[in-house]
Amino acid sequence: MTGERVDQIFVVAKRWLLSFLNDSAPDWVNPIASSLINIAAVLGVFVVLFALISVLERKILGRIQNRYGPNRVGPFGLFQPIADGIKLLIKEDIVPARADKVVHFLAPIMMAAPAILALGVIPYGRNMTAFSIDGGILFFFAVGSATELAVFMAGWGSNNKFSMLGAMRAIAQMVSYELPLIITVLPVVMLVGSLSPDAIVDAQAGYSHGFAPRWFVFMPWGAAAFILFFVSGLVESNRTPFDVPEGESEIVAGHMTEYSGFKYAIFFLAEYFGMFAVSGLAVTLFLGGWHAPLPLLEFVPSYVWFFAKLAALLFVFIWIRGTLPRMRIDHIMSFAWKFMMPMAFTCILAAAVWHYQSHGWAGWLSSLGILLAVYFALSRFLKTGKNLAARTYRFAE
Amino acid sequence: MNTAAFIFIAVFTLAGALAAACLRKLIHAALCLVVAFLGLAAFYFLLGAEFVGLVQVFVYVGAVAVLIVFTILLTRREDEDAAGFNWSGVIVAVAVFAGLAWTILKTPSLAIIPAAIEPLTIKRIGEVLMTNYVWPLQCVGLLLTAALIGALVLVMEEKR
Repeated sequence: MTGERVDQIFVVAKRWLLSFLNDSAPDWVNPIASSLINIAAVLGVFVVLFALISVLERKILGRIQNRYGPNRVGPFGLFQPIADGIKLLIKEDIVPARADKVVHFLAPIMMAAPAILALGVIPYGRNMTAFSIDGGILFFFAVGSATELAVFMAGWGSNNKFSMLGAMRAIAQMVSYELPLIITVLPVVMLVGSLSPDAIVDAQAGYSHGFAPRWFVFMPWGAAAFILFFVSGLVESNRTPFDVPEGESEIVAGHMTEYSGFKYAIFFLAEYFGMFAVSGLAVTLFLGGWHAPLPLLEFVPSYVWFFAKLAALLFVFIWIRGTLPRMRIDHIMSFAWKFMMPMAFTCILAAAVWHYQSHGWAGWLSSLGILLAVYFALSRFLKTGKNLAARTYRFAE
Repeated sequence: MNTAAFIFIAVFTLAGALAAACLRKLIHAALCLVVAFLGLAAFYFLLGAEFVGLVQVFVYVGAVAVLIVFTILLTRREDEDAAGFNWSGVIVAVAVFAGLAWTILKTPSLAIIPAAIEPLTIKRIGEVLMTNYVWPLQCVGLLLTAALIGALVLVMEEKR
């Protein structure tokens, strides 16, 4: 069957590569070679995707702002990332004289490593998970939490007030939004009964009534959790409208102020890899992973579906960047604690109600009812229209 | 293979811990402590305790290290040079280590070769936590919630 062969083409290719060393090699060579192939594949695919998305982002932003965007290098400006890469490589690498040299040097590496590790546990297609472990979701968040330390290292190591302020802001908002990010994952983990991304994708297989996919985003709790997860993901990857850590009108470029040349490029890469990882996890958790949206579209290979969904989410990231202004830091924080947290907990409750009413219509409606009730109660309770006075500053005049 | 990994991780962890104890700048020491935390997590992975290893990274690298770093940042001024070598700390550390080593070496069950245990899945941990240990779990949850609310009350601004 050709469809299946196309679907498994990368798995077969890997097996073919491994078949070269089956004789005379010691036992431990095979798993290491297998891992190396996986790492090379993930890195290769995502570096190319990074290049493509960086030019696409500029193109889309250009379109939104009624200008052309890059269109000089290659057809439609597609070779722009190569030109940018060469430019960044040959730029001078400036390290401030008073900087902490070692910490300053290690920060970009510490920043990129967790993002790359997190990409490893996401299932990109049928039998295509680079690093398949039982606690994949936990692994994702465990390595992701190291990013905060990297941001701190960048801010502190630069020995610059703008850097330190930017790092403080970044860590404050990342710590705050990590809670809703993780809590919105819980309903999915609860219903599937596993922390493994592969099991979560398997649980979303099949179609109810023969056509409607069983993705979690089509349940009321799933839709709410998906939106909350996506917003938290925006904050975690420091994207607009939550990019106050690098608000250029106030603190130059935040923790990246003192970085230039290739180190700056690594920060840029880490930001995009983080974006890919969060979007990939959102696709895995709520959008059915690599499953096709309709039964008659099953012939399209699984990885095509995964990357199509990923591209759609990335487009939304860029779209939001092109349309929304930056939020104020205190608004961001109070939004996290006063709105996102209660809503995230409500998602767990709504998912439990849906589950114990045997996944039927009654459960669907009552979980929607719970979510709407909490949503309207929160919006009434948090109404701040009455105190629209001028803001008072504690540490400034 | 496992022995090689063990030696590598042990050297890595000890180097991190030693650097954390000896470095002049407190922030450097805190960052080296992270290396030691990561080494411990690697040990758990080597022993097949995947969940504990992941939680080690999650809690210690993601939360405790950030907390330590911030505490140093918000409380200390540039007085690192004033700190001399702290001999009392060394004595306490050696005493604790000697006590632990003495207890471990005297443990009779150390000589018994353990039976091969099947790797513990996260599902199994969850089941046990929700059945046999549900009361301890709830108590810890209550305690942590109380601590969280207490911390918030402490730092909350007084209304004028």
